[in-house]
Amino acid sequence: MVILAAALAVSMISVTHGAYPLSGKNVLQLIGGDLHDDVARMVILDVRLPRLILGFMVGAVLAVSGAILQGLFRNPLADPGLIGVSAGASLAAIAVIVLGGTWLGGWLDLAGVWALPIAAFVGGSGTVFLAWKIARRAGQTSVATLLLAGIAINAVAGAGTGLLTFYASDQELRSLTFWTMGSLGHAAWDDVAMAAPWLILALLAAPFLARPLDAFLLGEQVVGHLGYNTDWTKRAAILVAGLGVGAAVAVSGLIGFVGLVVPHLVRQLLGASHRIVLPASALAGGTLLVGADCLARVVVAPAELPIGLMMALIGGPFFLLILLRTRMG
Amino acid sequence: MLLKVDELTICLSGKTIISRLNLQLHEGEMLVVLGPNGAGKSTLLKGLAGEHKTDSGSVFFSGQPLQSWSNRQLARQRGVMPQRVEVNFPLTVEEVVRLGRPPESLSKSTVILEELMDLLDIVHLRHRLASRLSGGEQQRVQLARVLAQVWDSTEPVLLLLDECTSALDPAHQQQVFSLLRRLARQRGFAVMAVAHDLNLAARFADRLMLLDQGTCFREGVPGNVLTPGVLAEVYGLSARILQLDEGYPLVIPTDMPSAASYVQPSKSSCLQAS
Repeated sequence: MVILAAALAVSMISVTHGAYPLSGKNVLQLIGGDLHDDVARMVILDVRLPRLILGFMVGAVLAVSGAILQGLFRNPLADPGLIGVSAGASLAAIAVIVLGGTWLGGWLDLAGVWALPIAAFVGGSGTVFLAWKIARRAGQTSVATLLLAGIAINAVAGAGTGLLTFYASDQELRSLTFWTMGSLGHAAWDDVAMAAPWLILALLAAPFLARPLDAFLLGEQVVGHLGYNTDWTKRAAILVAGLGVGAAVAVSGLIGFVGLVVPHLVRQLLGASHRIVLPASALAGGTLLVGADCLARVVVAPAELPIGLMMALIGGPFFLLILLRTRMG
Repeated sequence: MLLKVDELTICLSGKTIISRLNLQLHEGEMLVVLGPNGAGKSTLLKGLAGEHKTDSGSVFFSGQPLQSWSNRQLARQRGVMPQRVEVNFPLTVEEVVRLGRPPESLSKSTVILEELMDLLDIVHLRHRLASRLSGGEQQRVQLARVLAQVWDSTEPVLLLLDECTSALDPAHQQQVFSLLRRLARQRGFAVMAVAHDLNLAARFADRLMLLDQGTCFREGVPGNVLTPGVLAEVYGLSARILQLDEGYPLVIPTDMPSAASYVQPSKSSCLQAS
């Protein structure tokens, strides 16, 4: 309930704050249907609202994916980045940015404005698929191998990204920062339309994984003893997390910490049962990201800080604080 | 017959662990599997629990080949307790035990949970985090979870327990084994437990199976399996066996020839205490 109230409050603040000043009254007027200020109307409907919706969904999906992967790997430090989603997505996106004028010119002509997000999405889910294929032996998916494969793929993708950065021009470097630091600044209804189906699909599918993921907390073999299909669970969990994070990275770039900090916090406060952790993480993750986005817009208005940077700035110290407090308590 | 194993062979990375093993277990029967370290006890249990692929031979559960059972149906009739279960997330004791239950109303599962936590003496721990408990307490929690899974089954139940009392104090060991035998007698559970404590096994088991190098060395009632000759050959253990009036043997290990020459240091604080 507290999280829900916070979500609503943050949403309100997010709609009203930014480079163009608006008041809560404007929003209520709009809902009531008697807002006559066209600029305010346009700012709310075409700028703030898609950004709010996208931010909330991205935050929710990142947090839920984090919770799912932590359960699957039985490791509270697992992060959506760990199985290579983020690295693959950003490598693909950066390849499009840097090589768009030369080798990948055809792709740009073909996909137009969608070239970047689609490439990120394919890159992200492709890496997950690759890591998963490597981890599959004799009809079984080894979680430990998956983790190691993810780390190796991360390293290779990171090197590829570095190489491309090295060859990038100044103009291209500027676009690159969008991917490496993350931003919701470009959010428009187009992005919402593209990402929403995947994000919503991931959010709706997650609750079905709650019970088998609870069993995973006791160990992989216990999942089978309790009557769940272990391999099916692993596949579904990776698919949900991979698609969700792929879509999230595609529209917002790399945003760290949400997937790590939010589930951890929720577990500290509400316990480790996934039937609680998954929905609570979704709400809290969305709230956190929207809140961080507000700050990112307000702090240096009318310019904006990249939200990934903002998250790391808030999330890092906050996480350390939790760690210290749990150690002492 | 609830469980029938024919000529079962299990190989792990090219090495034969279980070789052409035959085994039968009836409803209401308690079988304890003994054997030296590395004899294949855990592998056998994991094979029957569906964790290891079996290389040849067949396993029948309730007359049907094990492969033809669905995971879900098996879970209702077969409880498995692995040797080690680590909980490294903040789950309370009650939550862990509840994981054994299928989706159902909270009130229904709570009745079962109360009963089991009472039977295994963990009621006072119910709100504690499972990860913070001692090894013996964790074992009792896991056993409660395993029992919760099959507690209200109307069909025959098989329990596969891998060293479920290895970390328990003597009182709780007795308590758990007598509970298991009561479940076998009164509710017809078929219990197959791996254990190391010969006397505990002799006291409570209907039948013992002594495994050695992946095959059944000797099988039968405790008095026939636990003989000085068998123990010497399988464990290299020299022991006296007392046949108690209660009807089961008591094993008293004696000094081994090689260990007898070991002279205990005289400067010991323990000696003064005695």
